[in-house]
Amino acid sequence: MSRYTPEEKVKIARHPDRPGTADFINALFTGFFEQRGDRFCGEDPSILGGIARFHGRPVTVIGHRKGKNLEENLRCNFGMPSPEGYRKAQRLMRQAEKFGRPIITFVDTPGAYPGREAEERGQGEAIAQCLALMSALEVPVISVITGEGGSGGALALAVANRVLMLEHAVYSVLSPEGFASILWKDSSRAEEACGVMKLTAQDLRRGGIVQGVLREPEGGAHTDWQATFRTVDAALTRELAGLEKLRGPALARQRYEMFRAMGQGLPPAGREEP
Amino acid sequence: MNRTFSRRRDRLLVYQTMREGKITSARRTTCSACGAECANLEWERNLWVCPRCGFHSPVDAYYRLSNILDPGSFQELEERISPADPLSFPGYPAKLSALEEETGLKDGAVAALGRVDGCRAVFALLDSRFLMGSMGTAVGEKITRAAEYAARKKLPLVTFSASGGARMQEGIFSLMQMAKTAAAIQRFQSGGGLYISCFTHPTTGGVTASFASLGDIMLAEPGALIGFAGPRVIEQTIKEQLPEGFQRSEYLLDHGFLDRIVPRSEWRAVLGQLLALHEKGGRS
Ligand SMILES: [Zn+2]
Repeated sequence: MSRYTPEEKVKIARHPDRPGTADFINALFTGFFEQRGDRFCGEDPSILGGIARFHGRPVTVIGHRKGKNLEENLRCNFGMPSPEGYRKAQRLMRQAEKFGRPIITFVDTPGAYPGREAEERGQGEAIAQCLALMSALEVPVISVITGEGGSGGALALAVANRVLMLEHAVYSVLSPEGFASILWKDSSRAEEACGVMKLTAQDLRRGGIVQGVLREPEGGAHTDWQATFRTVDAALTRELAGLEKLRGPALARQRYEMFRAMGQGLPPAGREEP
Repeated sequence: MNRTFSRRRDRLLVYQTMREGKITSARRTTCSACGAECANLEWERNLWVCPRCGFHSPVDAYYRLSNILDPGSFQELEERISPADPLSFPGYPAKLSALEEETGLKDGAVAALGRVDGCRAVFALLDSRFLMGSMGTAVGEKITRAAEYAARKKLPLVTFSASGGARMQEGIFSLMQMAKTAAAIQRFQSGGGLYISCFTHPTTGGVTASFASLGDIMLAEPGALIGFAGPRVIEQTIKEQLPEGFQRSEYLLDHGFLDRIVPRSEWRAVLGQLLALHEKGGRS
């Protein structure tokens, strides 16, 4: 179906000119008010979030930020969040729930940052709390995987009612390089890893991991930003309209059940209970 | 009761008998931490904590339960869950069968109902003999069902983790187990359930970043490596050496992520105390 191989898609997904979270926010939302800080100890620019209007409707929008030039890349740690970033995201999501705002997230990260301070401040705990919190939110949550969906650091913003994916984005348990180095002790076999990992939007749609694949312009999203924005705008509008018909508890239930079902070939829960 | 059930149950009894000193072994085992070689009987008397350096060596799930549960209270739950191969990953089914043959486990987790000092609880344990206790779909499903069972029966949930993280061979389906288990724990806790999470050596990656970090009470064995990223990955990323004791239980305790460090010989007492403190009627 697709003319690109998985390893070509990885390159497109990582293309430096691909629109990032800040670009999607600029193009699709109005009146963006950025919210900063986790209210514990820090502000992590690798997660960008705040309140904005989507076609007039106030929403909370959160996403990974990689930065557009080297200076920004360094400031945003190449889109690899620290616990402060995930705790800021939690704060924004709790607030969205309090004020009844839908949440829209843009996912684009190589993964959570594997650094010394990140560990000392509880990277694992911060991600775990994001997952737990998102699973029970009583407002609509839509995630769009726009570039790289790397590991738990991506999933932490993607426990949504609808997970959408740009056509050439990738989403995986680990980067292909990391995967090859763990399984085969050889990171140079990353291309081979791309082939077996089933990380493309098309594979993930078939596996029931994502609910929609959004068409990119010829050559990839970086070749025509406006076309990409129109596609994402239309998809968000459509999905939001569907989700806004559901009440809070039904939204939480739908999301819970969708993730609950992710595991294949398993027998039903035990009949004879002690 | 099927055959595997009785076989595993027998093993639990064997462990209990060993501790009563009725079984001896002439074999010796070398400590992977200090290199000292001790007789298995000596290791066994010390609950497989190194008699020389105190290293808490990994032990299997049944052995751990045999040390903690009231004799005769063990009832295994959900043992029919078997692993899937959602990526059709080359060589994976053969590896799974070989491990089943070797360990008697279908995958890397065991769930059970049991009592500690008379207090009933649901237990879910990861077993590091099975692909480092990594969390694939079957492990995620077992943890989730243990939480759901505990919620239905209004019982506390205790997990013991020991895990290399996500099960690479199951790719994205493994990653989704993080969301699934975290959601199940969240639901269990918001219904008033007590969740005690116990870390053992080593626990990293997707298990640390999901259910294991969500305990109402967080405990760990001494010297256990606990983290999101593994120390090797961190050293490669930051290009410097990590300090002594980094990501060990004692370090996590100092940084506010654990309530207490529990030596292996004290699990039964500590869990008994915590379960009793949360018994119904204990609130007034
Ligand atoms: Zn030793």
